[in-house]
Amino acid sequence: MILIGVLVAVSATLVWRRDGIDGVLEILFHDLRLFGGILPRVLAGCLLGAFIAEVLPHEKVSRSLGPNSGLKGLLIGTAFGAILPGGPFTAYPVAAALLTVGADFGATIAMVVSWTLIGYGRAIAWELPILGVDFTMWRIVISLPIPVLAGALGRFVFVRMYPKRAEEPPV
Amino acid sequence: MTAALLIDLTLWGSVAALAFMVWRRGRPVLVSAAREGTMDFINIVPRIGLGVIGSGYIAAVIPPEVITGWLGPDSGWLGVATAVIAGAATPGGPVVGFSIGAVALKVGGGPPQVIAYVVAWALFAFQRLILWEIPFMPAKFVWFRAAVSLPFPFLAAALAMAIGKP
Repeated sequence: MILIGVLVAVSATLVWRRDGIDGVLEILFHDLRLFGGILPRVLAGCLLGAFIAEVLPHEKVSRSLGPNSGLKGLLIGTAFGAILPGGPFTAYPVAAALLTVGADFGATIAMVVSWTLIGYGRAIAWELPILGVDFTMWRIVISLPIPVLAGALGRFVFVRMYPKRAEEPPV
Repeated sequence: MTAALLIDLTLWGSVAALAFMVWRRGRPVLVSAAREGTMDFINIVPRIGLGVIGSGYIAAVIPPEVITGWLGPDSGWLGVATAVIAGAATPGGPVVGFSIGAVALKVGGGPPQVIAYVVAWALFAFQRLILWEIPFMPAKFVWFRAAVSLPFPFLAAALAMAIGKP
């Protein structure tokens, strides 16, 4: 967060030197409005994450999405990411909730990547109208294997980077 | 506007449905889960604030022409590599990312490069990482996920080259 703060300060200074104080204020007001607009959705996302963490049975999640869940866990993560409603304000709190209730990095990566690449929300709302049906369908078909592959690669690397945690017996 | 309304309806509908499921386990469970969610929200607001307001400034100092220029036609694997960097560097929401992809296609950018661009943008657009992923997820997870995702825009471009245009 400190790094981001520094980056923001440098960029704001550059904007100020280029466009003066008006440029800085214009962006500030625009972003404040945006910020106000997304706050309710962020609240909804946080509540959704907390409720999901409560509703999902931990043993079941760690069995079906945990380190030993195999290909099935990656496929479940991918399917979950693809059907999840809402935008980043739901995807990330829900992904964080999955991690806390026992999903491993692999399945969670599959979910996040699937949400960004094949989630229908963004494709229908933005990609279809802007890039057209042909390109969008073509891009989605090509992207289909990526969440599972990314999750598998994540799991493969994770086990080798943190061997101790992976050796823990399944609960 | 209607799309946004639909998103909000689905979102709050899901919240309500899950709240009902939690409530069936007892009122105290619902209250404690709701309190936990609200605390998460309160903790995240300052970070989102920095992300939203800050990324506006970062976006303002990156000229869009730079990004379109990188997606030149017949640029081969070098073009794919620059498309990946351009995708990660593209500021703004979905409109900006997809519009730049559309412009690149119109001015003759190669479809594999544009695929690589859109996929890279979906996977690592810095603004989404700063604004959404880092505040919500453990930092270790975010870096790990980004690193693991690195080969995939290239794989998508390779698939696009192998399959050909639709």
